[in-house]
Amino acid sequence: MSALVLAAIALPAASGLAAAALGGRPGAAHRAACLLVCAGAASGLGVAASVLLGGAPISAAPGLKVDGLSALFLVAIAAVSAAGAVYGLGYHPQASVGARSVRVQLWYGLAVAGMALLAAASNATVFLVGWEVMALANFLLVQTEHERPEIRGAAFLYLAATHVGTLALFALFALLGQAAGSFDFAAMEGLRADGPLGSRVFALALLGFGLKAGLMPLHFWLPPAHAAAPSHVSALMSGVVVKTGIYGLLRVTGLLDAPPAAWGAALLGLGGISAVLGVAFALAQHDLKRLLAYHTVENVGIIVLGVGLALLGRSRGDPALVLLGFAGAGLHVVNHALFKSLLFLGAGSIQHGAGTRELDRLGGLARRMPRTALLFLLGAAAISALPPLNGFVSEWFVYLGFLAAMGRPGGDLLAYAAFGVPVLALAGGLAAACFAKVVGVAFLGSARSAGARDAHEAPRSMLVPMGFLASACLAIGLAPPAVLPPLARAAAAWSRLDPAALAGPAARAGEGAWGVSLVAAALAAAAGVLVALRRRRLATAPRAAPDRVPTWGCGFAAPTARMQYTASSFADLLVSRFSWAIFRREAAPRIDGPFPGPSELRTEVPDTVLDLVLLPIARAYGRLATRARLLFLQRVQFQMLLVLLTLVAMLVLAFAR
Amino acid sequence: MLPRTLLHLAELLVVPPLLLGVVNRTKSVFAGRVGPPLLQPYFDLAKLLRKGAVYSRTTSWVFRAGPVVGLAAILSAGLLLGMGGAPAAISFTGDFVLFAYLLGLARFATALAALDTGSSFEGMGAAREVTFASLAEPALFLCLLVFARATGALSLGGMLGPALPAAWAPAAAALLLAAIGLFVIALAENGRIPVDDPGTHLELTMIHEVMVLDHGGPDLALILYGAALKLFLFGALLSRLVLGFGEGALASEALFLVGLLAFAIGVGVVESAMARLRMIRVPQLLVGASVLSAFALVLLLR
Amino acid sequence: MALPADLVFILVVVLDFFLLASSRLGAAIRAVAIQGALLAALPLLLAGEGHDLGHTILLAVGALALKSLLIPWMMFRAIREASIRREMEPIVGFVASMVLGGIGVALAFAFASRLPLPGGDAHPFLVPTSLSTVWTGLLLVVTRKKAVNQVLGFLVLENGVFVFGLLLSGFMPVMVEAGVLLDLFAAVFVMGIVMFHINREFSSLDTARLSALKD
Repeated sequence: MSALVLAAIALPAASGLAAAALGGRPGAAHRAACLLVCAGAASGLGVAASVLLGGAPISAAPGLKVDGLSALFLVAIAAVSAAGAVYGLGYHPQASVGARSVRVQLWYGLAVAGMALLAAASNATVFLVGWEVMALANFLLVQTEHERPEIRGAAFLYLAATHVGTLALFALFALLGQAAGSFDFAAMEGLRADGPLGSRVFALALLGFGLKAGLMPLHFWLPPAHAAAPSHVSALMSGVVVKTGIYGLLRVTGLLDAPPAAWGAALLGLGGISAVLGVAFALAQHDLKRLLAYHTVENVGIIVLGVGLALLGRSRGDPALVLLGFAGAGLHVVNHALFKSLLFLGAGSIQHGAGTRELDRLGGLARRMPRTALLFLLGAAAISALPPLNGFVSEWFVYLGFLAAMGRPGGDLLAYAAFGVPVLALAGGLAAACFAKVVGVAFLGSARSAGARDAHEAPRSMLVPMGFLASACLAIGLAPPAVLPPLARAAAAWSRLDPAALAGPAARAGEGAWGVSLVAAALAAAAGVLVALRRRRLATAPRAAPDRVPTWGCGFAAPTARMQYTASSFADLLVSRFSWAIFRREAAPRIDGPFPGPSELRTEVPDTVLDLVLLPIARAYGRLATRARLLFLQRVQFQMLLVLLTLVAMLVLAFAR
Repeated sequence: MLPRTLLHLAELLVVPPLLLGVVNRTKSVFAGRVGPPLLQPYFDLAKLLRKGAVYSRTTSWVFRAGPVVGLAAILSAGLLLGMGGAPAAISFTGDFVLFAYLLGLARFATALAALDTGSSFEGMGAAREVTFASLAEPALFLCLLVFARATGALSLGGMLGPALPAAWAPAAAALLLAAIGLFVIALAENGRIPVDDPGTHLELTMIHEVMVLDHGGPDLALILYGAALKLFLFGALLSRLVLGFGEGALASEALFLVGLLAFAIGVGVVESAMARLRMIRVPQLLVGASVLSAFALVLLLR
Repeated sequence: MALPADLVFILVVVLDFFLLASSRLGAAIRAVAIQGALLAALPLLLAGEGHDLGHTILLAVGALALKSLLIPWMMFRAIREASIRREMEPIVGFVASMVLGGIGVALAFAFASRLPLPGGDAHPFLVPTSLSTVWTGLLLVVTRKKAVNQVLGFLVLENGVFVFGLLLSGFMPVMVEAGVLLDLFAAVFVMGIVMFHINREFSSLDTARLSALKD
């Protein structure tokens, strides 16, 4: 077993080397690298299954231990990394792309290895090593097409954000290590959370892990970076890299005992804001990958809602809240990894097939790329939390957590439920609206550009991983009772509560889960019956009119593709509701005179935190620094004098202590 | 229990078009006309089922799947609803969440089918529909939370069961406010005035009607029946809420049917008495319903 | 008499929401009139055995006459003179006003029991309702552009204070209650004169135009 843990880390790391070493035969090299990644994923999945289904944590080496919480994240890492690697065979093949593809595979393998390392880490040093490896590999992956300036900008922004986060994590683990006397997580368990140590730890954890997870308002680096990377890398980043932030948050808050209720409340607030504003921003986008990236922010918000509930449960000693909040958050981590990677891989297929990822240049792809369309539709329905798919199950657990909170006597938990349930409902409704827009504008209707008209279906190597992810979504959605016991075990491992205490709420949730399965089965049965009836009815119906005619559309004589709703117009009503947070810039057409010439309406939605807060501050600081520079007449002596003075000041401070 | 559940399933399948007939009759009476017969929707459905269907070149399988998935979702949602105080066919903790999301699935399928036609009319209808639906969702959940807190039950069957009449005594004001909120949401979700006009075909005023513009024949029959079923579901909720005080099975069932008829007449009266709101006022109406339900929840704090 | 008093308080709060949401001046004035009538009924509903019935009836009748009849009539006259019917979009938007109002009401109902106030045996909804109504009045004054709406906000504010005064009516003599009503009457009278002059000067009651006086 411990060998499998090491394999899960080492095999992906070696995959890139395989791709480089066999460079003479690129097809075989790429397949070998992919095989290594899949083997690593299989080992990770095996380890995770053994821990989640059996029970005992697995210690592999000093500093490596896989318990229930790590196992949950290993499942996500394994599934997404394998799917992405297989997808890369068709999307970014070494035979045609060459050295760049070798580099991508090298960094991809390192990123996966880094994530597996940090998930299995039981020691702060190992954790940070894995974290940094993952972060740097991701940076190198984001700037794959570095000849384009916007991609360089996105990569640099990503690097800056991740290093600020890592700095916070260094401070965090230094504090914890000092308080516990050692850097082992086992030694840090049992530290008290109330008091100055606890608040500092929580603030640093929010900053460091929140930056990685993309929690608002620390999400600003996410949309540019995820849109800039190649699609299978974006799938990896959105699917699992941001989840390492959630993992870190869960791990650190799990170490400390008696977390104050304020932590749970703060996470509920931040999660709610991320959920609603994330999807509002997503609605305003018309670049498919940027839209998907903002949806990641929304789903991270939903996960953090679950984590907040679980923390509230721990501070009140309420096992039902702990179980339901953690189950919702944990399952949503896995679910989101599955359906978000499915959607990003689908976006890659669209870009590969139609040549663009601008929604307003697509349309009618369902007829040109039917399999991609079906798989993407499944992913879209999953992310909108529609039954009977997996997105509904994890959100349902979070709802159950809020309902359990509401049922308690006393008012304050009711307030959390009264906040959480409408927020979750609003986020779900907006997500469904957004994906109706995406699927409708991209796949349905008629093609809006030549690229969409001549789109071709993706090759099998790109369809197979999407199919695998979609079937996983369907399986979890149809059989929720199966996922509850592993989640309960992971919850017990995280909260260090007695598993017997969690068994009662788990059983009650399990009954409900059977009900969900039953209704899903009824839904499928009803749909099947209706399809059969309809088919029989239409077979015997009169056939006077020709079979295929242009759309009637209330009698329009000559419909064209440009008359269809664009993505921005579809979302316009909703985005204008959020005009207090989303500041849309419009370049409106000049229409004057009785015969106006052709003109163009262009709308653009800047990210409020990035473009309206951070960049102006950075620019102002730059101007200030430029002016300050002149003061020193650009002489080396003055700059060395500054360094000398700082050194003297620190020495004085050290002696004065 | 089983015969009663079967009776309810039969009611679920048979009664909904009658509600539509009652609404239309009420509106005719107000307008001073004789109006269509009460059973007219049944005749309409039969007529539509006899027809063939013509499909547009632009559409794909999504267009054909839309009505089917929509009706299947609404039927499954009906399985979760307890009628006349009896337990529902399927009932478990948190099932009202599934209820709301099944209605969301129906809406998603219809919106996609609308966008599949590639016509600007249907796109407009789909855009408006998803907008107003996302604003109605939180309001619906808040109303259901009020029921849950007042009755102490967390499943639809429990909320609509014997605990509901008992909850009126301590929580009358809150339940009344929630009932008003639920009525407004019912009008919004079913595309009735003041949110949408089911009788018009002007692009300025359509939401639901315009989404189904290109459906014909059996597909349109499925959609019409689904709409009637959705109206029935909301009517069942309200009927049980307001007229739930029957003692014994027979009285409960009779009061339930009376309540349904009263709901349909109420919808007809509102449709005849009010004008359709301007499009920008609809979000304000829905937020108003949410705020009212939230206030009802606050009243239950103690 | 718990149930009618409950319903009256809740109707007052619902009318507050309606005021925040409505854009038609006529409907808003009628809503304030109805609110005034409801508040006039409150002293009769809340009066226990120890109170002097005649004084209570006097208070109720006076409130009814002023709040429901006289002042709304004056307001209708004012808008007829200035011939305005509708409020434009207020400064924060109707949805935001409703949400802010809702949050204020929720906080009032949640935390009113913790305020250190005399009159512990008063109806539990009394203090929250008065705080909610005061909050609504303040929101209306701050967020509405038309002077008439701001006067309405002021009236709602006074309604809230009136409700609060009922808490202490056992301790305070008739004079203070009468003083409250007189203060109300005087304020509206003065505002009416001011509105008349604003209208005469600008032919409009939009307070944004007042800043034109600066130069």
